Amino acid sequence: MPYALCFLLFMIGLYCAVVKKNMVKIVIGIMVMEYAVNLFLIMLGYRFGGRAPIVSQEDITGAGGQLSELFIGKCVDPLPQALVLTAIVISLGSLALMISICIRTYERYGTFDITQIRRLRG
Amino acid sequence: MAVFYILLLFIVIAAIIAVETQDLLSSVICVGAIGFGGSLMFLFLRAPDIAITQIVVEVLGLIILIRATIARDFTFITGDREFFGMVVSIVIIFAVGLAGMKVFETLPDFGTPIFTQVPEAASQTYTAEGLQKTGAANLVASVILDFRAYDTLGEATVLFTSIIGATVILRKKAKKLLEDLDE
Amino acid sequence: MKGMTIIVKTIASWVKVLIFLFGIYIILFGHLTPGGGFAGGVILASSYVLLMLAFGREFVEKNLPLPLASKLDCLGAFLFALIAILGFVFGGAFFVNFLVEKYGQPLELLSAGTIPLSNIAIGIKVGASLFLVILVLSIFRPGQSGSEKE
Repeated sequence: MPYALCFLLFMIGLYCAVVKKNMVKIVIGIMVMEYAVNLFLIMLGYRFGGRAPIVSQEDITGAGGQLSELFIGKCVDPLPQALVLTAIVISLGSLALMISICIRTYERYGTFDITQIRRLRG
Repeated sequence: MAVFYILLLFIVIAAIIAVETQDLLSSVICVGAIGFGGSLMFLFLRAPDIAITQIVVEVLGLIILIRATIARDFTFITGDREFFGMVVSIVIIFAVGLAGMKVFETLPDFGTPIFTQVPEAASQTYTAEGLQKTGAANLVASVILDFRAYDTLGEATVLFTSIIGATVILRKKAKKLLEDLDE
Repeated sequence: MKGMTIIVKTIASWVKVLIFLFGIYIILFGHLTPGGGFAGGVILASSYVLLMLAFGREFVEKNLPLPLASKLDCLGAFLFALIAILGFVFGGAFFVNFLVEKYGQPLELLSAGTIPLSNIAIGIKVGASLFLVILVLSIFRPGQSGSEKE
């Protein structure tokens, strides 16, 4: 059931990116979609009563770094967290690029409306 | 479990407000609220790395978004869309919605991740042997910088390229060159 | 971009050092506690953005000018690629952690091979990139603009 709410968030972002006419609203819709996807990936790796994947001193049994069975049995999945970490920083870079395109277009045409940009000629 | 539902409801309400309001400054503030709620969700889902990264990235993203929306005079955008565009949009949204519903049947239940049911998954190796093979106590850092370092190299390249693209688009000399060429 | 009132300027000049120090801490301890290169780099950039918002753009441009920021960006990316190639030279495969058991015990600051070095390179790169893009966004001044006070 939390998956359904996450999918609802994605559909709200998709609706905003497809239907709206203001360029900044389209950018906001893309950002909401990215938030929804990151949230969904982390929710896939969650385990009830789990622990964060950080090892502390009492989890190490044995020489050479053997981990205790309690830690391995309760740890949440570290792989989706690694993927989402890079995805969050990439979304910031693409936001900067999209906003710079919006600012340039406003400079040239005087409006943020995409239907008017289609009809003006230079 | 109840705290997940409360936070998700907060995020969905903030998203609806961000999409529907006419004032651009209000929708930027609601995007900030979505990011903040998302960071709290990550903290409760036992991912502290991601929570730190999300909150600081969201603060810088808000500064970039406000730069585009402040001090610009808008006319409120009215007028109806053409009919064909509206039909195509509705078809796209329906298609994605139906495809998403089909995926729900294949997902495992919330709280039992996939790697507990598949004994040869990659995450079993990452949690069991991460400290031995790399010596890092933070298992996520050992995954992104040792086991999967190629992905980090690709991410650094993408960030580099997008920042160069933004710098090139916003250059002032190009504008002057374009005006000289137009004559 | 003009600056702000004198209260904001005073507080910002005290707080910016703490934010910068916190960013360095998050980068250096990335293999022991949550954090890592990306979050630490963004915190470093945001300390400079605080300075830019409080004092105005020209003050920060004298401190860290635009060519130097882009050189730091390229330096961070080059260091990261250099660590990868050294892994190939010394270890036999690209990106191998070739220092993995040479120094330190687990759970200490000096441990885990090339992971702290990669964290430092990525921190420099991400911090310089984000500072560069916000500086360029504030230099670009559109033709008709109201009071650009933010």
